Amino acid sequence: MKLDKFKPLTVYTIYIAATPEKVWEALTSAEFSQKYFFGNSVKVEQKVGGAYIVRTPDGALHISGEVVECDPPRKLTFTFNVNWPALIEKLGPTLVSYEIEQAGDAVKLTMSESHDRPLSDDILSGGRQGWPAILSSLKSVLETGKPLAVKMGPPARMLAALKELGIATP
Amino acid sequence: MSKPQFVYVTYIETTAEKLWHALTDGDFHERYWFGHHATSDWKVGSTYRFSKQGKPSVEGKVLESDPPRRLAYTWDPCSEDARRERTSRVTFDLEPRGKVIKLTVTHDNLDEGGNTLRDISGGWPMVIASLKSFLETGKPLPVELVASAA
Repeated sequence: MKLDKFKPLTVYTIYIAATPEKVWEALTSAEFSQKYFFGNSVKVEQKVGGAYIVRTPDGALHISGEVVECDPPRKLTFTFNVNWPALIEKLGPTLVSYEIEQAGDAVKLTMSESHDRPLSDDILSGGRQGWPAILSSLKSVLETGKPLAVKMGPPARMLAALKELGIATP
Repeated sequence: MSKPQFVYVTYIETTAEKLWHALTDGDFHERYWFGHHATSDWKVGSTYRFSKQGKPSVEGKVLESDPPRRLAYTWDPCSEDARRERTSRVTFDLEPRGKVIKLTVTHDNLDEGGNTLRDISGGWPMVIASLKSFLETGKPLPVELVASAA
């Protein structure tokens, strides 16, 4: 996969009162991720070529990918492909990168969602709705010990756009 | 909405009333906004001013004030560089989502490639993260955060 073909189309930055190591753990641990990732659990094999998997609360495979950069506790880049077969075929793979930087006594976490082709705002709206909720909740877990109970409907705008492209969704 | 615009969304465990208070109370503002005090009666048409240690930093006019749902004001940074740019606009939308509030900050009417666009793109994530920490934990993010980004 040619990484230089990917351009960040959605970037979200959040500052967290924690150490880089704690933020890394929150991003890569299954138990931790269940608290802030809408109940989903992340499993990462922390090496280049390792598997990146997200399972829904009932254990179903939701997202699968492969680690392409792994530099704990600074940078993790991986493919992030939702398990809807027609999606990659029509829209190409998704690349997600987390960058963790010390900022004073806090940490700056930057999430970039990149794609190898231009995509419409409608298609990108799913991620743009999800990432702020996921990463805001991650911040709360690290700072207060408690996740946020964000009430959020399905990403209607994105699902409608996918349907229009003939991409079947569950 | 005019382009370019900067939009930042976060979710905060608080009430809309407490969040409104945080956006409009001068002393509260100073605690999480890295020392910038806010002064205004927040009525439509009124002026407002942010100042740090008595020195004005940002000023403008209140455009919309619908507590605790929506606050909008013009944004004029008190610096020579920014004075050459057009007056931009900030809008805060507060929406309850279960037990948390979805806060959307929209900053628009900006000059393409201007200093204000650059400064606010770096600044809003810091201010809003500090606001969220302050409301959820009672502690804002340390002011050194701003220096670390310079």
